[in-house]
Amino acid sequence: MRILVIAEHYKSGLAPATLNTVAAAAQVGGEIDVLIAGQDCAAITAAAAKIAGVRKVLVCDSASHANEITENTAALIKSLMDSRVDEYSHVMAPASTFGKALIPYTAALCDVQAISDISEVVDADTFVRPIYAGNALSRVKSLDAVKMITVRTTAFDLAEAESGGAEIENIDDAGATDQVQFVEQTLGSSERPELTSAKVVVSGGRGMQSGDNFPMLEKLADQLGGAVGASRAAVDAGFVPNEYQVGQTGKVVAPDLYVAVGISGAIQHLAGMKDSKVIVAINHDEEAPIFQVADYGWNEDLFVAVPALQAELEK
Amino acid sequence: MKILVPVKRVIDANIRVRVKADHTGVETANVKMAMNPFCEIAVEEALRIKQAGHAEEVIIVSAGPAKCPETIRAGLAMGADRGVHIETEAVLEPLAIAKMIKVIAEQESTDLVILGKQSIDDDNNQTGQMLAAIMQRPLGSYISKIERNDGGFAITREIDAGLEKLQITCPAVVTTDLRLNEPRYASLPNIMKAKKKPIQVTTPQQLGVNVTNRIEVVEVNTPPARDAGVMVASAAELVDKLRNEAKVI
Ligand SMILES: Cc1cc2nc3c(=O)[nH]c(=O)nc-3n(C[C@H](O)[C@H](O)[C@H](O)COP(=O)(O)OP(=O)(O)OC[C@H]3O[C@@H](n4cnc5c(N)ncnc54)[C@H](O)[C@@H]3O)c2cc1C
Ligand SMILES: Nc1ncnc2c1ncn2[C@@H]1O[C@H](COP(=O)(O)O)[C@@H](O)[C@H]1O
Repeated sequence: MRILVIAEHYKSGLAPATLNTVAAAAQVGGEIDVLIAGQDCAAITAAAAKIAGVRKVLVCDSASHANEITENTAALIKSLMDSRVDEYSHVMAPASTFGKALIPYTAALCDVQAISDISEVVDADTFVRPIYAGNALSRVKSLDAVKMITVRTTAFDLAEAESGGAEIENIDDAGATDQVQFVEQTLGSSERPELTSAKVVVSGGRGMQSGDNFPMLEKLADQLGGAVGASRAAVDAGFVPNEYQVGQTGKVVAPDLYVAVGISGAIQHLAGMKDSKVIVAINHDEEAPIFQVADYGWNEDLFVAVPALQAELEK
Repeated sequence: MKILVPVKRVIDANIRVRVKADHTGVETANVKMAMNPFCEIAVEEALRIKQAGHAEEVIIVSAGPAKCPETIRAGLAMGADRGVHIETEAVLEPLAIAKMIKVIAEQESTDLVILGKQSIDDDNNQTGQMLAAIMQRPLGSYISKIERNDGGFAITREIDAGLEKLQITCPAVVTTDLRLNEPRYASLPNIMKAKKKPIQVTTPQQLGVNVTNRIEVVEVNTPPARDAGVMVASAAELVDKLRNEAKVI
């Protein structure tokens, strides 16, 4: 049994989500190869070769992969699966927007029914995944010869990233689609830790009233060494950009500490944060459902509570 | 241009679901059903493209049991022109659904298929990607903007790191994110009009698609509940608890 992990990476390096995915692959068992599709990705390849437990890093360094075009990455994986028949029993990627677009696309090319967002590996064929916004956990068994899976990264530890010594193999490109042209990316420029891997997340909801009040949460996040997130209502209202959204249809986070400020606690929001280790809720409505999942609830006006908390942390 | 919008009938987003006692799934008897919210956004976008003069017809398709036409009617009441019901009692997986939608899209020669990015019951987030793959048409996943232009469509995608703009050719397959639009409510006259709009009925067999399951649901469980927490009354108390009790700061 051999598993192909599709690496997610940025211009600056390997995404931590790749390490969680390797850890999930290790639980499936068998040998692990990592595929890197990118351009000028020598440093990323070297980093991947150091991940503990990786046998081989396959790298396709090509202009087709300068941007993450789903079609091009999928074509590469498909050609690999076709040319190395029966070599890979599993293909796994993180359940990020990258992996969520890529894996079903690739699976359909290979006539496989993909499995989304697994939170537990039971055995090589059987996995647990949350459904209904995490209100139920479904244990599913794949009957396909090859399993194609996205991994809920917060449910798995990070694979150790320094002690490995994988072999590196260059592979041929499978070409680029002419149906899709990359135009541009507008990326959030945050000096804070990445939301999905931060140890602390401070999130604001509709109760924040305006984007102008978010610097207050940014300051708190900086004091705690954390990232800033938001509810859908705060994103829809334009307080903060889309990449801040935590929830069923946004990002899933599970930090050591999650601070929900002016967030009511709708099931769709809880779906993205209820596996956090410790949850703090600040809300002036004592009936707010968020208090039902909070370890520490503070029934207070956030415009009083947040400055008080900042002052206390400064002491 | 013709637009096809696949929609799914799901348990209403406001319902708190309960796992069945026999662990085979969740309780669906006497539970309020609705159109998947992302599909409503898809219908709305199709209608806006039509209203802007870029499309002549919006067709709704839904695969599922006998009650599905209710959901199709909801789309017709919003303003879509006609429906197709793929009737089956089978448990459907995204790959099989994508294969059936492909047949319809080809029969109807549609130029654009707009799907929801995710069904809020199974949380798959797969069907649109699979459809684009098997149709060999460009994929625009998680879009928050779409504009018709000479080259096809200019789209903006919501991705984890921010926003991404792509230019894709026509015909295309796109999936909707939350911020694409705010769906309209159906007016009473339109609800009445929708009753007369045609819904064609077909089956997986007639479409030549094998819907045998590739995934076996072994069991469905309720996730462990979180332990009850405590209330604090001051910043000092909260910081003390986080430092000395929870030890997370
Ligand atoms: C298909 C679908 C997908 C969705 N996906 C997501 C998702 O991924 N993520 C998500 O978050 N939501 C999602 N939602 C939306 C979700 O249902 C809720 O509408 C949303 O989470 C509400 O955001 P909120 O808590 O900020 O706003 P509200 O529910 O309006 O709550 C605001 C809270 O702030 C409190 N407040 C107000 N002023 C103050 C103050 N001065 N001091 C203290 N407290 C104050 C209020 O008491 C209230 O509890 C989705 C919904 C649907 C239908
Ligand atoms: N039974 C169905 N009939 C028609 N369209 C569907 C069906 N199931 C899913 N879809 C479409 O695929 C989208 C994504 O669903 P999923 O891949 O299940 O998350 C939905 O928003 C619909 O547009």
